[in-house]
Amino acid sequence: MAGRNMSRRGLLAGGAVAAGGLAATGGYLTGRGTAAGVPEANAAEQPRTVPFHGAHQAGVVTPPQTYGVFVAFDLRQGTTRESLGRLMRLLTDDARRLAEGRAGLADAQPELADLPARLTVTFGFGPGMFEKVGLAHQRPLADLPEFENDRLEERWSGGDLLVQLCGEDAVTLAHALRLIVKDARDFATVRWVQRGFRRSPQSQPPGETQRNLMGQLDGTVQPDDPDKAVWIPGRPAWLKGGTLMVLRRIRMDLEKWDAADEAAKEFSIGRKLADGAPLTGGRETDDPDFAAKDVAGFPVIDDNAHIRLARVEDPALRMLRRAYNYEEDITEDGVVDSGLLFISYQADLARQFTPVQQRLAGSDLLNEWITTTGSAVFALPPGCTETGWIGQTLLS
Amino acid sequence: MSSRLIPLFAALAFGSAALTGCGSDGTSTEKAAAAPSASATSAAAPLTFENAWVKAAEKGMTAAFGTLVNTTGADVTVVSAATPASPMVELHEVAGTGGQARMKEKDGGFVVPAGGELELKPGGYHIMLMGLKQKLEPGGEVTLTLTLKDGTKTDVTAVVKSFQGGNETYAPGH
Repeated sequence: MAGRNMSRRGLLAGGAVAAGGLAATGGYLTGRGTAAGVPEANAAEQPRTVPFHGAHQAGVVTPPQTYGVFVAFDLRQGTTRESLGRLMRLLTDDARRLAEGRAGLADAQPELADLPARLTVTFGFGPGMFEKVGLAHQRPLADLPEFENDRLEERWSGGDLLVQLCGEDAVTLAHALRLIVKDARDFATVRWVQRGFRRSPQSQPPGETQRNLMGQLDGTVQPDDPDKAVWIPGRPAWLKGGTLMVLRRIRMDLEKWDAADEAAKEFSIGRKLADGAPLTGGRETDDPDFAAKDVAGFPVIDDNAHIRLARVEDPALRMLRRAYNYEEDITEDGVVDSGLLFISYQADLARQFTPVQQRLAGSDLLNEWITTTGSAVFALPPGCTETGWIGQTLLS
Repeated sequence: MSSRLIPLFAALAFGSAALTGCGSDGTSTEKAAAAPSASATSAAAPLTFENAWVKAAEKGMTAAFGTLVNTTGADVTVVSAATPASPMVELHEVAGTGGQARMKEKDGGFVVPAGGELELKPGGYHIMLMGLKQKLEPGGEVTLTLTLKDGTKTDVTAVVKSFQGGNETYAPGH
């Protein structure tokens, strides 16, 4: 087996898979039909890669890859706008090379870069960064308020700099992560790392809504136009074409969830577990009938059902959700710590994220089984050209 | 190996152009990077230095690595190198293996074969910078002027990277 030749053939064959993913891309953003403005590799010419360069960073409207690793850093004392710029140039260089299947500069394991596996590396700035480097006046966001039922832990919250790495291959991701961390550590300390996973495109066609670890179809309703819902139109100027990201670590009490019967589970969500259809009938993608009453006169979808509270009618005000499952430890007694890395991207936190979260935090029937243990927000700068770097619009 | 060279070649010029762009926007603070590079972006250059990087150092000595690419049909020899970052620059090779490996100046300079390339890497050929005038911080840039056997000079830019590997042994006397 000539490894390299085989892998080249594999890449070409993978083009067909990528083409399938391309066709399904629209499904991810819209739930139906095609979505314009979603960047994806031209499958025939660039199999298995996601373009790094562009008006927007990759890894946001990119159909979610199988694995995600999220690393938050705290800038070291003495970091300046100038030194942060140097860091972002280094990290941008790493990211563009790796996304294209090329080794990083001074890459000690260059061979591992050969298979990019749809790698995306995405960067974000946390609220604390701006003051540390003297750019408080440019800060576009503050930490989220603590919501009712939050049980936030420092070890999963906050951070000055986020690096999000997503890809279809865990080995590729491990190599990319280490290269990035080695370049970042001169400038910053690691605050937390969170790892997540989804079903692979080999198991489930891309574009289909996936199930979370509670068994629910999660992520059915999405915005239909990223230019309206995701990308920041121009204020602040440095963030034009960027977005705001929320990452919330949601622990699931699966032992308790196991104990609930199917009717209770469906009642709390407002959807059928089997196919995700609203309890008022139809299919997963059909609109729920929130006015429908049962024979006794009660709403079919409860006033505090998850989908009623989470509902946003205007697609331009919906957040783009791109969640990953997590599974961390198992106790001696066999209880698995699992949950969801809830990740959303939106142009405006106050209009798109916060109102929904306030409704959910107070009343969502699902709160019986879920607890938020981590929370972080980041401003993701726009993408860059072949000669630019991520963060240049703010730091140069 | 040859199947790997082709995509790498195609990609290399791209990467260097990106780095050059970073330096030429005026944001770099390394004094040495003030002059825009004419390296990989110049189609006429007989020699380019791709994926060039310099090991970060507080003071003393360090080294530059990368791939010298000969774009001509005849061998090209680099006979010396200079940089504003250091008053003393030598072209080195590592002779011997394992614990016996020692750096020494490469007799006759670096010969890059016609249409071919010569890789400079930790543990092998490298450009040695001694008596650094300033610390070289990660993410900064260093300009190197390579002098070819025919007297031609080529400016190239190398990015400063932290690097702990390579297990280099610096011979006494440097």
